[in-house]
Amino acid sequence: MSREGEVIGGFTLGPVAHRGGMAILHEATHPDHALPILVKLPRLAEGEDPAAIVSFEMEQMILPRLSGPHAPRCLGTGHLPVPWIAMERIAGQSLLPMLDRLPRPPEEVAQIGARIADALDSLHRQGLVHLDLKPSNVIVAAEDGRAVLVDYGLSHHASLPDLMEEEFRLPYGTAPYMAPEQVMGIRGDPASDLFALGSLMYFFVTDLRPFGDPQRLSGLKRRLWWDPKPPRALNPAVPPWLQEIILRCLEVEPAKRHPSAAQLALDLRNPAAVPLTARAERLARDPWSARIRRRFHPDHRPRLQRERPSAPQADAPIVAVAVDLDNISAELAEALRRNVALVLSALPGARLACLNVLRTNLLRPDTTLDGSGRNKHLQRLLELRHWAEALRLPEERVTHHVLEATGAAAALLDYAEANRVDHLVLGARADGIGRRVLGSVSAEVARDAPCSVTVVRLRS
Amino acid sequence: MRIALFADIHANLEALEACLAHAEAAGARRLVFLGDLVGYGADPRAVLARVRPLVEAGALAVLGNHDEAAVHGAVNFSPDAATAIAWTSSQLDAEDKAFLDRLPLEVEAEDRLYVHADASDPAAWTYVTGPREARASLDATRARVIVCGHTHVPLLCGLTATQKLVAHTPPRDTPMPLTEPRRWLAVLGSVGQPRDGSPAACYGMLDTARQEIAWMRVPYDVAEAARKIRAAGLPDRLAVRLAIGS
Repeated sequence: MSREGEVIGGFTLGPVAHRGGMAILHEATHPDHALPILVKLPRLAEGEDPAAIVSFEMEQMILPRLSGPHAPRCLGTGHLPVPWIAMERIAGQSLLPMLDRLPRPPEEVAQIGARIADALDSLHRQGLVHLDLKPSNVIVAAEDGRAVLVDYGLSHHASLPDLMEEEFRLPYGTAPYMAPEQVMGIRGDPASDLFALGSLMYFFVTDLRPFGDPQRLSGLKRRLWWDPKPPRALNPAVPPWLQEIILRCLEVEPAKRHPSAAQLALDLRNPAAVPLTARAERLARDPWSARIRRRFHPDHRPRLQRERPSAPQADAPIVAVAVDLDNISAELAEALRRNVALVLSALPGARLACLNVLRTNLLRPDTTLDGSGRNKHLQRLLELRHWAEALRLPEERVTHHVLEATGAAAALLDYAEANRVDHLVLGARADGIGRRVLGSVSAEVARDAPCSVTVVRLRS
Repeated sequence: MRIALFADIHANLEALEACLAHAEAAGARRLVFLGDLVGYGADPRAVLARVRPLVEAGALAVLGNHDEAAVHGAVNFSPDAATAIAWTSSQLDAEDKAFLDRLPLEVEAEDRLYVHADASDPAAWTYVTGPREARASLDATRARVIVCGHTHVPLLCGLTATQKLVAHTPPRDTPMPLTEPRRWLAVLGSVGQPRDGSPAACYGMLDTARQEIAWMRVPYDVAEAARKIRAAGLPDRLAVRLAIGS
């Protein structure tokens, strides 16, 4: 029976846009809304899973509370004459058609992965864990290529009652993408979405699902002890850094995955800065004896439940420090380090990006070599590492970036925006001819930054 | 329409005034008092003098166990509570007591039931502290939404489409959905003697158009309320607990 032409909650239903397993999406119009609209209705056929309606009501609670560019805008919900959700229709396509064209090149997979990680970061910061990330639930917006996540029926929202928690004996989710802790019924750890993203990237780059598509609980539980074949063993084109990232996402224990989606995105966008561990080089699974030991040894109990899963903005921020290597005094360099050390010491999940802007000249053709013939970019990178050394941070917590740009402030602002930096620390340029002529970089950054800014200045 | 819900004021005038002012600024058009206007605190007469005109003007109010005890004597009270209720009773005049004695055990309005404690047997004053008691309240009544108090600890319970009961500790100042057509039970925090670790006064804000309820937290002059408790010669512990919210 088609509902086309029917009016529900003021929305006039158009043709069916999509018929899913649990719900039907209609195109719709409303006199107050000019944008393209979808109205979602649950499938309520006789004998169908009664949990489907609970999941629908969970989405009715969650969607109106989400904001930002990575979730469709909710235009209304209601329950008469049937339960309904009206939302903005995102112009774009899901990742589902890509499954016909696997494997994809590593660079493309990293780019898609970074965009999905941006979306997860935005949602995790709102207290949401999606718990059903898969190709069909990712829409790539035609407008700007950003990832928009849809279908929040299995999601967990930190401030809302979790209707799904009590509902199921079996875990709900999509088998290939479900994190181990989710298999064991733990809901609400943002790291579960990172596992799903790792599984998706593995699939896209190898054309194989890391854990297959098991349909029974025993098959799902295998991922607690059975490690997948390293991607490079299946596709030699996969670079070590991408394997490092994917296998880190697929770690059994949530605490061993990236501390936040934003940090994962940072890695995916900065291959050269990814610290490589043994994960990067592996070309074979663990020996069968090791897997069997994990399966049966009573001491193999991975820690799946975290006391308090980290909130990305509060516990695992990305801190960036801009170091002006040309004009910095030893005192200011030390003061800058002390400030950064203070911020990092309180937050073990925080990550530091050390930045330096290498000015390029708009008018003159640039040379990459300095007067004595050394590579300027490399030299700056070495100096930046030297500055950061005294912080004594483990390699996985710090990265170094030389940004080539014509203006320092614009380069820092662009970096902070693109990499979702939470806190930018920089030194104030000493008073002098440069500051008077060029204006203050720190003032411009503090005014326009999308995050907190600390300007470190020596007491005069 | 926005309805402000006040439970367990417990003769704390400073907390009540702060919550009334906050609710008015937040656009509350109706007021409901969910029992225990008196007991523990040092201002039973002043609180009744503030609440009575509001009730006469149309605010709803139900009886709490301390209100009952102030009129008829304490049954099964802790020593501190019994000491306070005896003192309270000595402060109230006949008119005050008559007002308290007339309060009903429960009131229904539209799809909501207001009651001080467990709705399945309001006069037994059972605490609704978790899913089991919440289900008893919901099973025994027909109202879609039950609002109660008595525990001084915020709690939101709901029945899902498959009749499972979910229990949730609501975050402060954040609207929680009372999604239709499901049934919900909201346990308010206390205006005058919070016991969930925060000393801030707590009242409920219900939005009937949006079908949402929020547990609002309001700072008030705790030191003054505590000083009055000590000045009245009431047990010191009743003053101390206001500052720590337990």
